[in-house]
Amino acid sequence: MDMLASLLPAGAAVHAPALIVVVPLIAAAIAALMPRGPWAWGVTLVTAIVVAVLSLVLLGQVSTGGVISYAMGGWPPPWGIELRVDMLNVPLLLLVGIVGLLCVIYALPSVADEIGPRKEALFYSAFLVCFAGLLGVTITGDAFNVFVFLEISSISTYTIIAMGAAKDRRALTASYNYLVLGTIGATFFVIGVGFLYMATGTLNMADMAVILEANGHNRVTQAAFAFIVVGLGLKAAMFPLHVWLPNAYAFAPNFVTAFLASTATKVAFYALIRFVFSVFHPDVSFVSMSFTWLFAVVGVVAMMVASVQAVFQTDARRLLAYSSVAQVGYMMLGLGMGTAAGLSAGLLHLMNHALMKGALFMALGAFALNFGVRRVKDLAGLGQTMPASAMAFTVAGLSLVGVPLTVGFTSKWYLVTAALDRGWWWAVAALMISSLLALAYVARLLAAIWMETPPSHHGEIAKRRLAPWMVLAPMGILAVANVYFFFHADPLVGLARAAADAVMGGQ
Amino acid sequence: MSPHLILRVVSKLLIPMIVVFGFYVQFHGDFGPGGGFQAGVIVAAAVILYALIFGMEEARKAIPPVVARIGAATGVLLYAGVGVATLFMNGAGEPLNFLDYDALHPDQGHHTGQHYGILLVELGVLCTVASVMLAIFYAFAGRVPDIRDEDW
Repeated sequence: MDMLASLLPAGAAVHAPALIVVVPLIAAAIAALMPRGPWAWGVTLVTAIVVAVLSLVLLGQVSTGGVISYAMGGWPPPWGIELRVDMLNVPLLLLVGIVGLLCVIYALPSVADEIGPRKEALFYSAFLVCFAGLLGVTITGDAFNVFVFLEISSISTYTIIAMGAAKDRRALTASYNYLVLGTIGATFFVIGVGFLYMATGTLNMADMAVILEANGHNRVTQAAFAFIVVGLGLKAAMFPLHVWLPNAYAFAPNFVTAFLASTATKVAFYALIRFVFSVFHPDVSFVSMSFTWLFAVVGVVAMMVASVQAVFQTDARRLLAYSSVAQVGYMMLGLGMGTAAGLSAGLLHLMNHALMKGALFMALGAFALNFGVRRVKDLAGLGQTMPASAMAFTVAGLSLVGVPLTVGFTSKWYLVTAALDRGWWWAVAALMISSLLALAYVARLLAAIWMETPPSHHGEIAKRRLAPWMVLAPMGILAVANVYFFFHADPLVGLARAAADAVMGGQ
Repeated sequence: MSPHLILRVVSKLLIPMIVVFGFYVQFHGDFGPGGGFQAGVIVAAAVILYALIFGMEEARKAIPPVVARIGAATGVLLYAGVGVATLFMNGAGEPLNFLDYDALHPDQGHHTGQHYGILLVELGVLCTVASVMLAIFYAFAGRVPDIRDEDW
């Protein structure tokens, strides 16, 4: 970490919390001015590298020096906007930064294939705005600022999802659907923040927590809690509010799906944790009641229903999208346990799921790039025609099921342990059944890839085609990470545990 | 004689005044109601009025869409640039934070730095808002229908 910090210009380390949001925002404007797509990609790549380095620097600073508070414009925290980095959001910054970098490397061939050359530069610009928004939601310590950044990331997300229209016009309706639902979610969230402002007279989250603790709760804060949970739940694809997600993931450009699946819902889930645990206190009766009767129940239902829906999909990306909804259910279950062990298991699954889904969607993107295939049955024989991508897909797929020797096993293990600690046998049963369902839908994909013969045209079997190295490298890194972090689980488990302790006060 | 003569003459008179009013709102922004956003909308409205009266081609000749695109990006760069500049300028020798306008001018007593900062940032807002309004207008007005009007 010190070595990385020394690479940066003097002062950059001090201003890292501001720069991590500002750099992508400035780069978005520069990318929009670029005359050609690949130049804009260059700007995006440099930005992603800077963000990844800054997130590592922030991790170093937080783990040695404790919580960082940065006052925007020099206005001190309760009045001005505060950027706040602690052990809970630093893993998210790291996740968005590093997975974002890998996705950007992957983007060049994929985007060139899917988006018209005239729109490429603007596409990268919109992506950078989304990137900045996600980092902003993660880093800010101001409740209204969360809303602003949430909208910045959402509006640009609608745009980049709609860019899938060059390949499939259904991207437009998918994006429009998400726009309507996402705006409702944002409205609910801002109504909740408004109630909290009414009850406390402050927008700073740490300050809110102190005032709520002192003044106690009433109907207004209960209503605020309900509005915020629904608003953020919609963004995080919490079970009955997930209907925007399958189509959005299925019709967006492949690069966008890979990026969003591994970051966007995660950031919303983080914001949910931040509000439930840091602003409201988990000991307050209506909050602790919501754990058992809302988050855990909704989580378990999502694990079941979405997994069953996934089994019957014909489109490969839709299948994985339903699986994502189920995986959000796992995280909700972890949150719903209301213990430090449960929350850290949920956060661990959050990070591991980003590794799996990143690799899976990248592999599907590689298949689409070389052969233009999208449906499950069209994946036939890809084990022979694209063995490297198929291998990465298989490793990540097994990780999704939770097979030992992959990270999927690690996080499910921690979830089961946490559920047993709590005495929730039904949750353990649900985890097992959901894993079996995951086996069913992953097996469908793997059977098509490995067991069936490649399609033939006039008796000539499709030839082997290697994906470009810029596609293979990030996909390979994510697939290897899926195995590596099983054997070296300590860094991720340590991060998840420190994050849970940071909000639960080391209980 | 071209049609809509009265509209043309009146709007020719009005358009410069609308722009001047836009700038009044802009520079009045730090003392009273107004500011970059409202000013940007007013300035863009002048161009949109021009396009409505004289046609899209004329408006595109006066302000090409690519200018709108560059303007939108420039405004953001100006705004963020002020913030980045404050990081490097280090007001009275101490490091200052992002967008801390005090760095912009040594006169701390009268908050001259704050004044300059707001002016520059609002200029960025004006630039971006006006350009984006225009870009949206061009995108809607210049859209070629999927089905031609005669084919209905």
